[in-house]
Amino acid sequence: MKDTKNSEANFEVNVHHVTRVEGHGNIYVNVKKGIVEKCEWSIPEAPRFFEAMVVGREWSELHHITSRICGICSIGHTLASLKATEAAMGITISEQDLKLRKLALHAENLQSHILHVGFLALPDLCGVGSVIPLASSNPNEVKTVLALHRTANDMSNLVCGRTTHPQRLIPGGFSKIPSMKELANMRKKLQESIPKIQAVADLVKSLAAKLPDFKRETEFIGLTNPDEYALYDGQLGSTDTGTAPVKEYLSYTNEYIVPTSTAKWAKHARDSYMVGALARVNLNYDKLTPSAKKVAEMFGLKPVCHNPYMNTIAQLVEIVHSVDDSIRLINELESAGLQPQPDYHKPEIRIKAGSGVGAVEVPRGILFHDYTYNAKGVCTKANCVIPTNQNHGNIELDMKALVPTIVNKTPKEIELSLEMLVRAYDPCISCSTHCLNVHFV
Amino acid sequence: MKPKVAFFDFAGCEGDQLQVANLEEELLTLLGQVEVVSFREVMKEHSDDYDIAFIEGSCTRLQDEDRLKQIRKNAKIVVAIGSCATIGGINALKNYKNLDEVRKTVYGENAKLFDTYAARPIDAVIPVDAYVYGCPIDRTEFLQVVKSLLLGKKPDIPNYPVCVECKKNENICAFERGQFCVGPVTRAGCNSCCVNEGTVCWGCRGLVDNPNENSHKEVLIKYGLTVDDAIGKFKLYFGWQEAKR
Ligand code: SF4
Ligand code: SF4
Ligand code: SF4
Repeated sequence: MKDTKNSEANFEVNVHHVTRVEGHGNIYVNVKKGIVEKCEWSIPEAPRFFEAMVVGREWSELHHITSRICGICSIGHTLASLKATEAAMGITISEQDLKLRKLALHAENLQSHILHVGFLALPDLCGVGSVIPLASSNPNEVKTVLALHRTANDMSNLVCGRTTHPQRLIPGGFSKIPSMKELANMRKKLQESIPKIQAVADLVKSLAAKLPDFKRETEFIGLTNPDEYALYDGQLGSTDTGTAPVKEYLSYTNEYIVPTSTAKWAKHARDSYMVGALARVNLNYDKLTPSAKKVAEMFGLKPVCHNPYMNTIAQLVEIVHSVDDSIRLINELESAGLQPQPDYHKPEIRIKAGSGVGAVEVPRGILFHDYTYNAKGVCTKANCVIPTNQNHGNIELDMKALVPTIVNKTPKEIELSLEMLVRAYDPCISCSTHCLNVHFV
Repeated sequence: MKPKVAFFDFAGCEGDQLQVANLEEELLTLLGQVEVVSFREVMKEHSDDYDIAFIEGSCTRLQDEDRLKQIRKNAKIVVAIGSCATIGGINALKNYKNLDEVRKTVYGENAKLFDTYAARPIDAVIPVDAYVYGCPIDRTEFLQVVKSLLLGKKPDIPNYPVCVECKKNENICAFERGQFCVGPVTRAGCNSCCVNEGTVCWGCRGLVDNPNENSHKEVLIKYGLTVDDAIGKFKLYFGWQEAKR
């Protein structure tokens, strides 16, 4: 690849396995005489066939198995799975358990966003290949990011019993819950993290000019809820078509197969749509906490923002929101008086046949699990729609719109812009290929 | 000179690599002792010159075997990390299905483009020098294994069942609570963490080397359970190990 600027150039950008994303994805661009001949985003990751694997398994194991779809979103997959099982069998959970589950989701959102902003996106803004050189050039900033990451992981540990692949989250509630003292201690750590987050926001702000100013109008889809910033629950929302009940998700996701990819793609009102932090901020900006809105204002992030590179900023905004809202939830648990429960708790479940859909907002966007059970509580059919699958189409169309506008830059610069674009989506490719619709009986 | 290390992933969820990232401050210390030359998840640079290769995930298609063999050629020490890589893990659940059917249902007439075969651990394809068990791995155990390897020692991994740790932790046994547990045949080393958190052992660390099936059968009989109950539960993580026995 020649590193010259030339609008008459013939060149290829061929990024095999984009780095600093989860899983494997390839970028292929071919330019002849300054004209883009081919621009492709493909997913060669080995599929794992989860939806086939869970068929024949019992209701009490589904969340354990599907958690393994993705290590980074394992809490989200567990919660979507539990919600689907609970919807199928008509199981309800207590107010207290609901609040604890919301804390679990915040913990994962925090951990994942901090990892992405601090370790995966920041190196691009600083012009280095990874966070490792930053550890010696910017030790204080790296330590701050690590401390925030630890706080988020402490919260997962406290609520879920583990940071990855939660143990305490089970159908109908929790096998074990934290004590009020532990929660109060967590609240203190969360409060102490607020100035650290501000420091990270200031750092990103000082580098924000490096975020490409690119815009392509698209549709944003996510959960939306009149009562709160929707993460755990809500209705389906679209910036194009308004709201709909979650059980109509298939008419939103419309998955289809692309021969170059082992992952499925999706489209709704347009040729593609976007899910994730930017979609949520675009749909639910009003419900953010005041200090989260302040960070949004710092970066000029206003709904509806059509610059995908701003997804990283939207994650920063959500970090603030999740900390604020976690503190609020702990306050509420405290004022209601935390109800203790016996050790090794196993909620009473009446097994019955049925189908149910669970939708949850996970770090990378809206996630659906949809299960059917027979009268013995054995799964007969499963479908999971993963955030990154819903974004693949949007990523490729963004690339197609972006490349002609930067074709005069050097191939190296073009390659970096494209890689940064993919990374802005924070794609979780391992996850997206692990779910393919397989229907067995 | 610092030993060079590289991380690779095959069919897995990247949860084990996340545990490495979760080392946080300790990771910085570790970075003083080793040089990471390849870790696609967190860095852009890549080099084929490394001493220790850490591999996450199972091998699930023929085309991935070449990549594994190349890693084996490049590395002095190959370490499998996590259940998918060490024992086949949750991926082996699919081995109980008709794989052609799976593929055809997913990809229709394009089925041939997308290759798949029975999910298997890394040592079914190339020799492996050390194992870090668990789904996900325990980050402290990972550190211990790395430290022993750096000292040229064989890592000390328990070969007794989870029950031993569980009893030490004074848990109420799952069988007493009317639940099924595979702790009696599962390799310890996790400090019976799932039982401590109020559930059961699912078997993620794999079978101990010589599982005492008689004593497990006694447990089953005592609690009025059948071998079929056990087989169902064994499928979750032991698919590859059981098929080999
Ligand atoms: S062993 Fe578990 S944590 Fe590791 S890759 Fe496999 S599913 Fe993920
Ligand atoms: S059977 Fe399970 S719960 Fe009982 S002692 Fe063994 S590991 Fe613990
Ligand atoms: S208790 Fe069992 S399932 Fe849990 S981590 Fe230990 S070996 Fe794995």
